[in-house]
This record gives sequence, C-alpha cells and structure tokens, in this order.
Amino acid sequence: MKLNQLSVFLENKPGRLREACDILAKNNINLITLSLADTEQFGILRLIVDNSEKAKSALDKNGFVAKITEVIAVEVKDEPGGLNDILKVEEDAGISVEYMYAFTIKSGENAVLLFRFDDMDEAVSALQQAGFNVLSSKEIYQRATN
Amino acid sequence: MNAKLPENIIRDKAECLSRDELTCLQTERLHDTIARVQNVPYYKEAFAKAGTSAESIKTLDDLRRLPFTTKADLRGQYPLGMLAIDRADVLRFHGSSGTTGKPTMVAYTRNDLVMWSDLCARFLTAGGLRPEHTVQIAFGYGLFTGGFGLHYGVERVGASVIPAAAGNTPKQVMLMMDMQTDALVCTPSYALNISEFILSNDIPRDALNLKYAYFGGEPWTQDMSDRIESELGIACFNNYGLSEVLGPGISGECIAKNGMHISEDYFIAECINPKTLEPVAPGEEGELVFTSLCREAMPIIRYRTRDIASLNPEPCKCGRTTIRMSRITGRSDDMLIIKGVNVYPSQIEQALLRVEGTAPHYQIEIDRPNQTDVATVQVEMTETAFSSSMKEMQELKEKISRAVQGITGLRMNIELVSPNTLERFTGKAKRVKDLRREKGLI
Repeated sequence: MKLNQLSVFLENKPGRLREACDILAKNNINLITLSLADTEQFGILRLIVDNSEKAKSALDKNGFVAKITEVIAVEVKDEPGGLNDILKVEEDAGISVEYMYAFTIKSGENAVLLFRFDDMDEAVSALQQAGFNVLSSKEIYQRATN
Repeated sequence: MNAKLPENIIRDKAECLSRDELTCLQTERLHDTIARVQNVPYYKEAFAKAGTSAESIKTLDDLRRLPFTTKADLRGQYPLGMLAIDRADVLRFHGSSGTTGKPTMVAYTRNDLVMWSDLCARFLTAGGLRPEHTVQIAFGYGLFTGGFGLHYGVERVGASVIPAAAGNTPKQVMLMMDMQTDALVCTPSYALNISEFILSNDIPRDALNLKYAYFGGEPWTQDMSDRIESELGIACFNNYGLSEVLGPGISGECIAKNGMHISEDYFIAECINPKTLEPVAPGEEGELVFTSLCREAMPIIRYRTRDIASLNPEPCKCGRTTIRMSRITGRSDDMLIIKGVNVYPSQIEQALLRVEGTAPHYQIEIDRPNQTDVATVQVEMTETAFSSSMKEMQELKEKISRAVQGITGLRMNIELVSPNTLERFTGKAKRVKDLRREKGLI
C-alpha cells in the first residue's frame, strides 16, 4: 500500500534544482509529481517517479544525496472538506502528518493526496478502516501513464 | 579628531635599565626559575630528555639549550601537573581554552598576583592612566585572564574601576556618560561596537569624557585602531599577554605607539623561525617564545606562543630601553580567535564525530559583519544523515550546533551543503576561510 518517494537534498544554490531535473531527464525518468520544501539555506525535493531505484542511482552518481522513503497515496473526494476527513481520521488515531502534497492526476472524480505520517503502518490501517482508498504504487503508475 | 596623547610617565626604573644591567638581572632570575622548575616532574624529565641539566644553565645564551614548552605539553599536564608549589599556596586559578574542550589551567600565588597587577599597571601608566581616572572594564570576568588582570592593574595605578564586564552596549554607553568614564578596556572589535552605538544614537561627543582605550584579547589592525581613534576622539593603546605565560601585562604600548614594550625584567622574549626553531634576525617576523622569570606557581620555560610578530631592540624615544614587539600578524598554527575565544579547526572535526552520520568534510568561515564575529560551519550532507522530513533536518543542524558549542564554547551557524563540494586538499586540509583577514579586519 505504500509508495516509494525519492527525496533529494538541494543546497540553495542557483541551478541546483535544474541540475537534478536534468539528470532525471537524461536517464529517461518520468516525474509523476513533486514537492519542494525549503529553508533559506537548503531544500528537500520530494519526487514520485516511475523508477525510484534508477533515479536514485543516477543522482548518486552525479554527487547528489538522495534517499528513498515510503509515503502513502490516498483518494479523496474533490469537494470542500475532503482533506479534512482524512486529517480527522489520523488525528483521532493519534498520528501526525510530517508532510503532504498532491498528485496532478485524478482518480475518476477523486483527487489523490500524498502523505508522510509519523507512523505509516498505523496511518494506513486507520484510513482503510475509515473506508478510504489507499492506492498501491501499481495503480498510481497505471493512472499516471494513461 | 584624535585625542591628545598623555604625558610620558615611566612607572618603574626597570623599564629603563641598560642592557648590561638587564642581562645581569635576567640571568639571576633565570637561575631562580630553573631552580624552581626542578619541583615539576614534567620539567625534570623534559630537561633530561634534552640532555641539559639545570646546573649547566649559566648565561642567558644557555637558555637556548633548554627545551621548548608547547600548548600540547601543558595539555598533557592538565589540570595542575605544571604546578611548582604546594597547592595550598595558590591564591587564584585562571584558564584558557584548549583544543579538547578542557581549558589549560594556570595558577597564581600571592606574589604572582602582585607582579601581575604591577605589570598591568606598568602598561596602563605608559598609556596615560592616572590615579584620578575612572576605567570601565568591558572584558569578560571569569577564567579568562583579561577581566581580572586589567581590573587589578587599574586598582594598582590607583584609578577607579567600573567592572562593567562584556556586553550590553546601551548600558556600557550609559555608564560611560553618567560616570564620565576616562578610559575603556575591551577588545577592539567591541570598541567598534560601542563606537557605532554612540554614532548611530547621535550621542554628542561632549557627553562623553573618554580619553583612552586599552585593547587586547584579540589581534587587530592599524586601520581598526585609526578608525576607533577618529570616531571616538580617543588614543588607543595595544597590549599583549597570554594566560599560559601570565595574562595581560607581558607587553604594552607607550605614547610613541611604535611597538609594545616587553617587561624584560619579568620575561625573556625570543623570536624563532617556527620551522627551523632557530632565532630570526632582529626586526624579522617569527614566532614569539617567552620564559617567565619571577612566576612562582607555574613558571614556564620557553613557551611557544604560536603568535607571529617581530622584535625591535632599538631604544624607544619614550626613554624605555626594553625590547618592543610588533602587533601580532598571524599564527604559526591554525588557531583562530573568534569573539575572543581560541578555536582550533580540529575541534569542529571532533564535534562532527559526535553526530552520527555526518561526514568529516567541513569548512569554517569566519566573518565580522557589524563588528561581531560570526562563524559558520559548512558540513557536507550524507545519505545517512539526510531525511525527507524538514523537522529531522532542522534537528540535525541543531545537534551539530550543540556538539560544536559543547567543544568550542561558541554558538556557530551550521550550513548543510552538497557532498563533494567542499574543497579537498592533498596534504594538510585547509578548513578555514577567514574573511576577516581577507577584508583586513584582523
């Protein structure tokens, strides 16, 4: 149920983000979605790509620090209060969000959100029990390539 | 607008001895010192290792056959292995920062403290301090020798002390105005801070009564001195000392302001080539080496200061005959002085070793924006230490910062940088980028 996310350390220097994207492009890696968290001194680029292992080794070879971390993708109704419902479930289960971002793709009429929780296994079971659809990586890649 | 220089007053006759008289006095005192260090097992062993016996040291030239003492030697004797007297006879301890987070402890007997006050009084008098003056001491009081050394020196002159201690600039300036302070004791970079505060708050010059400042505790340039003199309209005098040898009072400037007179009745100064360890010619730059002649608690033989300066044996127009040393122009090791604290780059490496997952690749950058030293440690990111969570990354920075502070005593900025971006050096790594030096601030 969990999805591999590739995180890349980016020093805040001009051209550093482009350089990382350039390496991924040259290695024919497709970006499905991404988010960038930054401080004034460094940033963390978080990516969902079609081949995390290949992307990591390409970045490693080019002097980047990259790491694979698990996240989960959850389907949510694309309507007011949709995100709120998910957060309520996790809050009741005593689980905190470390970070989250969204997919650009839709799953039917639903939006897809990405989460990293402090307790990933508990988070998945809480969501499933509440009736949320937690997407597998296979489903994500299929929808991304359609 | 520079202030008028004070009248030239020479406090002690010993400042004007002929070279013959001085040699005689130094030789006699050297014999006493050599006898005293026989109580220290470290020295006995070091002399034996160098193949020199105490009895064979007859003239001042014989001093060169004695071994040098280094900071590492002192560290090896932590805390009190260098004590030459009964501990019960110690009146005071001070300490200087070391490479390991442990200070080098120094001890003083009653006579040592009297000598120390006298020597500080000597350079303060040479720089114009008189009994009717009020002196504000904006040095740290504590293990650091600066605060207490100058404090007792000012009292020895008979002037009054305001022990303001370091920091709180608005309060310093308030005291300077309300108490009509005549002289200021601090680091030159702190004096710039005070000066900036006075200028930016439009405090009229006649609200202050400041005439002189006595600077020490860190290296500084002539430009800095000129700037403070013209901004505050005062005369600034440089002095030098280090706790391993005594503290402030080893030397200080007279009104000729052309080098610091070394109190040769209490110290023998040598200037050596740090590589060959041979003496350099007079006027040539080298590493200063001092032997104490009257210290009782912790006499020191041929201490390698690592400070680079030159010695000038020419008589001074002020009438003093003692040899003069130039301002310190550098170090023969990699020690840095940041906010008056001694820091060795190897301390950063030790700190990083304490933080799991960090690489041993780092660089320290020191700058002095707004007259305050700011040190930044750049650390290369590794996969182990990296996390996709911002909170964990901030915690990593905090952990590194705390480790650095634990060892150096200083809070430094931490910057995480890409791997393999810090320069790699074959041979001795160059870890330090001192922008203060590049900008001519030190």
